[in-house]
Amino acid sequence: MATVFIPAALRRLTGGADRASARGTTVRELVDDLAARFPELRAALVRDGELPPHLAVSVDDVIASAGLDESVGETSEVHFVPPLGGG
Amino acid sequence: MSEGNGTGREFRVVGTRPIRHDGIDKVTGRARYGADIHLPGMLQGKVLRSPHAHARIVSIDVSEAAALAGVKAIVTGADLPEVRSSEEQSGESVTNARDLSANVLARDKVLYHGHAVAAVAATSAAVAEEALEKIRVEYEGLPPVLSVLDAMRDEAPILHPHLRTRGGEKSDRPTNVASVTVFERGDLEKGFAEAAEIVERTFDTAMVHQGYIEPHNAVAQVNPDGQATVWCSTQGSFEVRKLCAQILEMPLSRLRVVPAEIGGGFGGKTTIYLEPLAVMLAARSGHPVKLVMSRSDVLRATGPTSGSHIRMKMGATKGGRICAVDAWLAYEAGAFPGSPVMMGAMCLMGPFDVDHLRIRAYDVVVNRPKTAAYRAPGATNAAFASETVADELARRLGIDPFEFRLKNAAQEGTATAAGPKLRRVGCVELVEAARACAHAKAPLERTDGPRRRGRGFATGFWFNAGLQSSAVISLHPDGTASLVTGSPDIGGTRTSCAMIAAEELGLAALEVRPVVADTDSIGYTDVTGGSRVTMATGLAVYEAAQDVKRQLCERAARTWKVEPDQVRFEDGRVVPLTSGPEPLPLASLAKASAKTGGPIVGRATVNAQRANGPSFAGLLVDVEVDTETGRVDVTRCTVFQDAGRAIHPAYVEGQMQGGSAQGIGWALNEEYVYDEAGRLLNDGFLDYRMPVTLDLPMIEPVIIEVPNPGHPYGVRGVGEASIVPPPAAVANAIADATGVRMTTLPMSPPRVLAALREAGWRPSSSPQPSVA
Repeated sequence: MATVFIPAALRRLTGGADRASARGTTVRELVDDLAARFPELRAALVRDGELPPHLAVSVDDVIASAGLDESVGETSEVHFVPPLGGG
Repeated sequence: MSEGNGTGREFRVVGTRPIRHDGIDKVTGRARYGADIHLPGMLQGKVLRSPHAHARIVSIDVSEAAALAGVKAIVTGADLPEVRSSEEQSGESVTNARDLSANVLARDKVLYHGHAVAAVAATSAAVAEEALEKIRVEYEGLPPVLSVLDAMRDEAPILHPHLRTRGGEKSDRPTNVASVTVFERGDLEKGFAEAAEIVERTFDTAMVHQGYIEPHNAVAQVNPDGQATVWCSTQGSFEVRKLCAQILEMPLSRLRVVPAEIGGGFGGKTTIYLEPLAVMLAARSGHPVKLVMSRSDVLRATGPTSGSHIRMKMGATKGGRICAVDAWLAYEAGAFPGSPVMMGAMCLMGPFDVDHLRIRAYDVVVNRPKTAAYRAPGATNAAFASETVADELARRLGIDPFEFRLKNAAQEGTATAAGPKLRRVGCVELVEAARACAHAKAPLERTDGPRRRGRGFATGFWFNAGLQSSAVISLHPDGTASLVTGSPDIGGTRTSCAMIAAEELGLAALEVRPVVADTDSIGYTDVTGGSRVTMATGLAVYEAAQDVKRQLCERAARTWKVEPDQVRFEDGRVVPLTSGPEPLPLASLAKASAKTGGPIVGRATVNAQRANGPSFAGLLVDVEVDTETGRVDVTRCTVFQDAGRAIHPAYVEGQMQGGSAQGIGWALNEEYVYDEAGRLLNDGFLDYRMPVTLDLPMIEPVIIEVPNPGHPYGVRGVGEASIVPPPAAVANAIADATGVRMTTLPMSPPRVLAALREAGWRPSSSPQPSVA
């Protein structure tokens, strides 16, 4: 199963857990799986069917350009991170 | 995408220093900037700006101004569409359309000194200015709030009654705190329990401006059918198109944006100010309209970077391992949410590998201009705190500052603050290079007089950005080529992209003519920012060149009547894999293209997120501190940066030197100075003190090349990281010279003198405190 790391601000929704195992072949499926256990997580991670604009997702340490539809592997590590900018 | 990072490859063009394609135009004054554009029948536009930092707009009466001879159009906030609040990922940042619109022209409130209130187009600049004086605006003054700490108080004046804190405790109270972000891992208590030394300090940094030479400008022409064209100075023509279309509620296809030559941006030209005004005025008047900001406009009403307040607590073991970090950062967003505090939080400990940390980051609105990106946004403020505390820890533990950094250096597998781990990076190599350089080994001649000498080092981290780019390469019949991209060139990227095309196609750099196209002439391309162009647009160019090579192989195969997989492209020609025909040079194939299928045009589009690679920088400085005046002179300066692969080393060095110079200005002199009413007092370069040539020694650049594993050449972005270390490096050097830790930017003479006096330094005839 993939490991989803829970942002610090959302750990109140996971009983304090900083990570959780989840099943799925895309980030969206992982979120669905997590939401079955932690229902409030969905609203924090999905808005209008996509990631909220203030969030990006990294899969195996690379920022995912497909967002929630990014493919994940059996042992993938998934982090929700702020989007990066620059000058 | 092609794999590999160029390791072991012998380059022919990459790594050389050809003259720049735009050099002659620039040095002869032929380059056309936005303000150089003149169209028949063009009107001049001017903007009326708020004299108040915070006030309600009771009424605006434009009747007298509109009646003035020569005035052709006037617009106010009431003329802009009411766009709904909607946050959207926009290039490299999140933009709220409603906030953007309200920043372009104020609606019910003005939120900073210089906030645009109305715009006029007239037959001359003089008439437009006269018209501005005839616009009657009635304001009801409100108390301003200028600092993050004041803005976070319960009783603070509220800028936006609808604003609630994202990421914080659920509350229905209006607030100036737009968001809270927390990064946390490990066990802080356990970490600090392991510490032999703990340093805890509070830091303040001033709001500073990018200080680009060329003010913002825009020219717009709107046809009777509603088709609009905008010429402007921007780092992102597609961004301008998107944002203008959003707040003017226009389809993207009705707006063409032409990026003019650009006289500096550094992140500040990644949003819009004048462009929608020019479109509205042009549409209303039926004439093209030009607007050009004054320097005062630029300083008062464009996007500087945040001032900040940072509390930093760091512990280290006796052996010199950082064992815990607890940090609290609050950044000024300006009048609307969106400071770079999250990026500051993510970069704070970028050069270090730390197991136990907590970083809390607050985005706070204040009555100052809305901040915009500035070279590694947020990271310089953060590094000022983390790198001076790290230096102090090293000294307290009796560990050489280079050694301390090596003991804690980020490397492949190190988790960033937000969690994802780094791939191969060059932090260790950079610190080792700094430790071994001639500057570090040169003895520092210390004196007992009033001018004390010290040496300081600091490092900095920047993520860089990937994002989307497009490129088209057209082969000419004579075997030369043109290269079209959509990346405005603020740092030499035209040449670096041309060099990549030349490298792949076997041409000389100057045989490829690079052109930066408008939004109708090239595929979507994200902003020139995040140090991304040579890496990401360069990747598109690399892929477009592969497309050209595939076509050349097909043409040669067709000529030889073999399958395409029976030929390959090498050294600028197509060669058969089996014996037989003589190789066909690119020029021959290009010349014969009409007979073999028509023009040869390679194209590519990329989303380069996977190819991105972060960069580290370091700065070693010697300073001389005048303990009688507080003046600090930088007397020697060496900058280090991991470029991954330097495509054009001279340009890379230029970026490193430029970032260092800006960072030293930020360290020593630059700051926005407001009066109590929130009026900016230093809105010109005479009073907003940026460093000039005479203020700086030669900045010696040392390029480190640890290839980025995600990029075919190993390129990392180089445009930003070098601005991150300077304030901390200078502060560390001041501490080395005087024993005094500076915690406020800028470290201007009055502040340094006050800190010295507080530490017991007296005029030179008196005994001085120990520096150790």
